[in-house]
Amino acid sequence: MNLNYFELFELKPAFDIDLAALENNYRKIQSESHPDRFVTATSAEKLASMQTATLANEAYQTLKKPTSRAKYLLELQGINAIADTNTNMPADFLMQQMEWREAVEDNATNLSGMHRLLRDIKLEAATLHQVLADELDTKKAWQTAAETLRKLQFMDKLREEIARKLAILED
Amino acid sequence: MALLQISEPGQSTAPHQHKLAAGIDLGTTNSLVATVRSGLASVLIDDDGHALLPSVVRYLPDEKIEVGYSAQAAQSQDPANTIVSVKRFMGRGLKEIDVSQQPYHFIETKTESGEMLQIETRAGVKSPVEISAEILKSLKKRAEKSLGGELVGVVITVPAYFDDAQRQATKDAARLAGLNVLRLLNEPTAAAVAYGLDTGVEGTYVIYDLGGGTFDISILKLSKGVFEVLATNGDSALGGDDFDRRIFCWILEASKCKPVNAQNTRLLLTKAREAKEWLTDHATAQITSVLSTGEVVNVTLTTKLFNEFTQTLVAKTLSPTKKALRDADLSIEDIKGVVMVGGATRMPQIRLAVADFFKQTPLTNLDPDKVVALGAAIQANTLAGNKSDQDLLLLDVIPLSLGLETMGGLVEKIIPRNSTLPIARAQEFTTFKDGQTAMSIHVLQGERELVSDCRSLARFELRGIPAMVAGAARIRVTFTVDADGLLNVSARETTTNIEANIVVKPSYGLSEEQILSMLQSSFGAAESDKNSRLLAEAKVDAESLLAAIKAALEQDGHLLNNQENEQIKAKMNALEANIQAGSGDAIREATEALNTATEDFAAKRMDASVSRALAGKNIDTVNL
Repeated sequence: MNLNYFELFELKPAFDIDLAALENNYRKIQSESHPDRFVTATSAEKLASMQTATLANEAYQTLKKPTSRAKYLLELQGINAIADTNTNMPADFLMQQMEWREAVEDNATNLSGMHRLLRDIKLEAATLHQVLADELDTKKAWQTAAETLRKLQFMDKLREEIARKLAILED
Repeated sequence: MALLQISEPGQSTAPHQHKLAAGIDLGTTNSLVATVRSGLASVLIDDDGHALLPSVVRYLPDEKIEVGYSAQAAQSQDPANTIVSVKRFMGRGLKEIDVSQQPYHFIETKTESGEMLQIETRAGVKSPVEISAEILKSLKKRAEKSLGGELVGVVITVPAYFDDAQRQATKDAARLAGLNVLRLLNEPTAAAVAYGLDTGVEGTYVIYDLGGGTFDISILKLSKGVFEVLATNGDSALGGDDFDRRIFCWILEASKCKPVNAQNTRLLLTKAREAKEWLTDHATAQITSVLSTGEVVNVTLTTKLFNEFTQTLVAKTLSPTKKALRDADLSIEDIKGVVMVGGATRMPQIRLAVADFFKQTPLTNLDPDKVVALGAAIQANTLAGNKSDQDLLLLDVIPLSLGLETMGGLVEKIIPRNSTLPIARAQEFTTFKDGQTAMSIHVLQGERELVSDCRSLARFELRGIPAMVAGAARIRVTFTVDADGLLNVSARETTTNIEANIVVKPSYGLSEEQILSMLQSSFGAAESDKNSRLLAEAKVDAESLLAAIKAALEQDGHLLNNQENEQIKAKMNALEANIQAGSGDAIREATEALNTATEDFAAKRMDASVSRALAGKNIDTVNL
């Protein structure tokens, strides 16, 4: 089955997708293919189950999250968005990156400050999602979309870093 | 050709016969076995009416082995030969456990891949796997007596936060006990199954599972028979036992006792456990005991004091809880209910802390001791192929990230924690020296960045890389984690297709040879018996494969062209001829060949059934 992830779930390739349909179809595929359904099956059937269930998991996780969905859409266009991370980022965004990083450092020992930052980052990410939907689905402006995606990936990394710092604070 | 009528117990070919399957909760403190009968899950009791089997194994002087209440009763007199809470040692090395408060003679055996913890008893040196196998044998006996036949298979529960080594150790123990493991199931997921099916709830739920020696937190989305784990976290060395130990330390301090011997340690730990249980419904507990030295212990523990000196333990459960919520990207407002599992959640301070954290009263309407075994029984029944009203689908995750050692003692993550299972990831490596022909790969599990802070799962070497200039070889390493949460690694040099398959055996586990020799010594059969047994098994496997493929061809034969059809038929005929000829090795080879010949067919059938399932939805939508 040489389908791309969108075809696998019978979805149109787009950034703005029907998440309920994605989840629904993912569950249908898992219902048919999950290894739990093939515990007493032949080894050839177990292999087919493992391959399909693994593909469905990988595809679902990729399409579920906006960042990986956008990255995958660009890959279908032959664009590897992370290949040249930060090499040609606009200066204003680099400045902004530094400001975010400083804010994280300044609040490193402050629980409520970290939670506030996390909220701000989520808001910023939501704005970038809208920009991406416009660039990918309406304008088909792949190169600008790749730049927006890199910004979004930076926000994701920042979020992970805050989560790590929060975990240490809470321990 | 007439089919051979081989009817091995548990291998019945009659499709509609109810297959005997059981769910086993192999706990730190207590173990249980449950099954589904007439559509209802119930815990099986022993001859004395006990549902719980204390997870205590005693090696007696007369070479007998006691398991359960009788062993538990003897633990103070015979602490060195009576092993309690063995689950804490599963898949562990000596340096990972606190030996100071343990009455055992630990020894560490060096194996090829690492050090393995073992315990010296009067019956010889025993590994935690062997000791756990005794508990499983006892439960197996109970189930088979109660159900009147041999079990087809079992589902054994493990803490969600168990790593690969601990899971593998559990599976090895089951093999030693002669059990066919249908699936290792995470304890909180099992609890969610029992709870979700019982109450018909939908939404996002937290399972807070504090057992005797392990703590798990799982966040699940429940909807229409689908149980999707969103995130899991925990501490595989935190449980009710630790509360006992805090009381024990307090008793020593309060009664100004000198450091006590193994026998008195065990005695006072038992008193501590009783006091803990008493304080669930009472404000004070009187602890009295006469030690073997003649010293008298007589102290009163109040709830207030107990809460004070166990506060840090309670807090220790909330930190994994916060991490799990963050991983699932949820806040407490998103949580519809918190289900309490495990005997230790009876402690009022735990319930209060959980209620306070989630701002809602936790759900305690199912027996926290039994809910895990009941969920395992429901899943065992489904996996064994018995028809049930509920169409269950459990989507579980890997609890801890998997990675590889890179330059400078750092770990590069390959599979992140909380990835839905099964999962596969491939990573490409290259050589860094001209003419390099071997490469060693070190697999680790954990969240930290340094190799020394993660658990070493396996080291293996990929040999026979063709000599090339540095950076020219392409070595593709694939990690596969199956639905049991167990890792398999394979590696291939992609320019020459040299393959190395590696079964990951945990550094602290038993080797395949050790398990086989233990199994063989337990059979104690003569060589000829063994051979006829192997032949019978090969024939049963071959017959069931032939039956399965015949059924598949009848149903989906149209998916094959004539040539493909002929190829499969030829392999089937070859296998049938080999069954007639009666050589075990030849039968196994022909079985393997038939399996390989049907791989494409199996893949086509899978695609077809997926398409049917997706199309089903479209028709529904049209009808609306």
